[in-house]
Amino acid sequence: MKIAVCVKEVPDATAPKRIDAGTKRLDRSGEGALNAFDANAVEEALRLKDATGEGEVVVVSMGPERALNSLRKALAMGADRALLVADAAAAGSDLVATSLTLAKALEREQPDLVLFGQQSSDSDGAVLWAAVAERLGRPVISQVAELTLDGSSLTGKRQTEFGYDVIRAPLPAVVAVADSINEPRYPSLKGIMGAKSKPQETLSLADLGVDPESAGEQGSKTEVRSLNDPPPRGDTRKIEDDGSAAEQIVEFLAEKRLI
Amino acid sequence: MLSKAASLGGEVAGVIVGSGVESLAPEAGKYGAATVYVADDRRLEAPLPQPRVDAIAQLVEEKEIETVLFAQSILAADVASALAARLEAGLNWQLTDISSDGGDVTGKQSALGDSVVVDVGWRSTPRIGLFRAGAFDPTEQAAAGSVETFEPQLREHSLAAEMVEQAHAEESGPSIEDANVIVAGGRGLGAPEKFALVEGLAKALGGAVAATRAVVDAGWYPYSAQVGQTGKSVSPTLYIACGISGAIQHKVGMQSSKTIVAINKDPNAPIFEFADLGVVGDLHSIVPKLTELVRARRA
Repeated sequence: MKIAVCVKEVPDATAPKRIDAGTKRLDRSGEGALNAFDANAVEEALRLKDATGEGEVVVVSMGPERALNSLRKALAMGADRALLVADAAAAGSDLVATSLTLAKALEREQPDLVLFGQQSSDSDGAVLWAAVAERLGRPVISQVAELTLDGSSLTGKRQTEFGYDVIRAPLPAVVAVADSINEPRYPSLKGIMGAKSKPQETLSLADLGVDPESAGEQGSKTEVRSLNDPPPRGDTRKIEDDGSAAEQIVEFLAEKRLI
Repeated sequence: MLSKAASLGGEVAGVIVGSGVESLAPEAGKYGAATVYVADDRRLEAPLPQPRVDAIAQLVEEKEIETVLFAQSILAADVASALAARLEAGLNWQLTDISSDGGDVTGKQSALGDSVVVDVGWRSTPRIGLFRAGAFDPTEQAAAGSVETFEPQLREHSLAAEMVEQAHAEESGPSIEDANVIVAGGRGLGAPEKFALVEGLAKALGGAVAATRAVVDAGWYPYSAQVGQTGKSVSPTLYIACGISGAIQHKVGMQSSKTIVAINKDPNAPIFEFADLGVVGDLHSIVPKLTELVRARRA
């Protein structure tokens, strides 16, 4: 059983995020970290590997070379090796360009199962798996809160707006896990020490046979035109409850013609 | 969505994909769809994304459709994303608005926890857009609404996943996406049974009940009611937050509500920075009284 986990380096959650007005891209110059939602996917991969007793967990990512620092957290958790597509020509990729390059990297790996976390914390994106599955021609299940493998197929319990769906799909398949699926383990000291010596491979677009014209900004079909401040909210009012708060709320709602 | 599309100019078509759905077509016509394309196929019955991608991609190519808009849902996001890959088309998400200036289409995207509004564009057609729930109000407009059915050609990999079981949570009252009024509960309620306070107020206002991630994770309320980054985005006319601190996780899902009222005992809770009316006090005494007063007014 070979499991590929697609992960992303995002700006550290403790640093304020900003978009660079010049490049119109997210400023990634500060500390980076593994996207927290991806830790759930890594954890699930490790559990599946443990349950079957054999196999390999590979973390696959796209980003600048230094993103290897963030991938090492996944290795410290227990993943076996890391593969990073790092190429200046891939910078600024949108969904179409990212999914193309990532699918090429996955085709090279030929995993039985591809896992994603439920969203990226930087772009609030929660879409990539479906585009990758489409390019790979594989079934996809998203928002999976429970995952079981049974031989040549898997069953996922998907959270929906209305309840849940139970979906079965043959392997190889692509699954995006919900963050409620598990509690990611903390890397042990031994894991952290061992991570550095695990295989970490960096690939260029050429290594994957991706035409630079289909990658990065040139390969993207969307663009950022301008950045603006959100419209200000009206005045905010704060009152202390002196026993008449309920009456004051009703008065406020009536004023606004809400009741 | 149809009403907004109509405002872009050009011809608007509605697309309905499912099983036993043909009867919905006249409804789409009411909101501005000149044509309603319907793929009614038993293989489209389960809410799985991939067969829908086949059907919609086929239609977009056959009819040379330039812009494809979706309202956000877990299913729609997967369909829109796979459709983008299939058609090598640009997808912009988290859109709150879209406009056209002589055919040049620009979307408004809310980014970085709603701290920035980004004007986004598409470099080619078709353009695909995924809109936040409740981004616009529907306006009825008379349109001919002719119905055209089509036979989708479904691919093998699209039919590989199969629905084994579907379970719908029990819902009473309106769903939170459709509700004009939402009353939401957080950790400050103190215990799961205290959700009755929230439900009582929601009922009195004719609204729906929402919950924060913290209480959903704790098992106090079902995921279907979760509002925030990992749940739904809502923008009702009135949002009453009870015992909710207003952490960014929750804020991004509800801050576009037209009016926000917050009740919280912690005067430093971040929700007071963006609530139109913030009440520092004990929700356990305020909410029952408020429910009574609202009931009396509406009686």
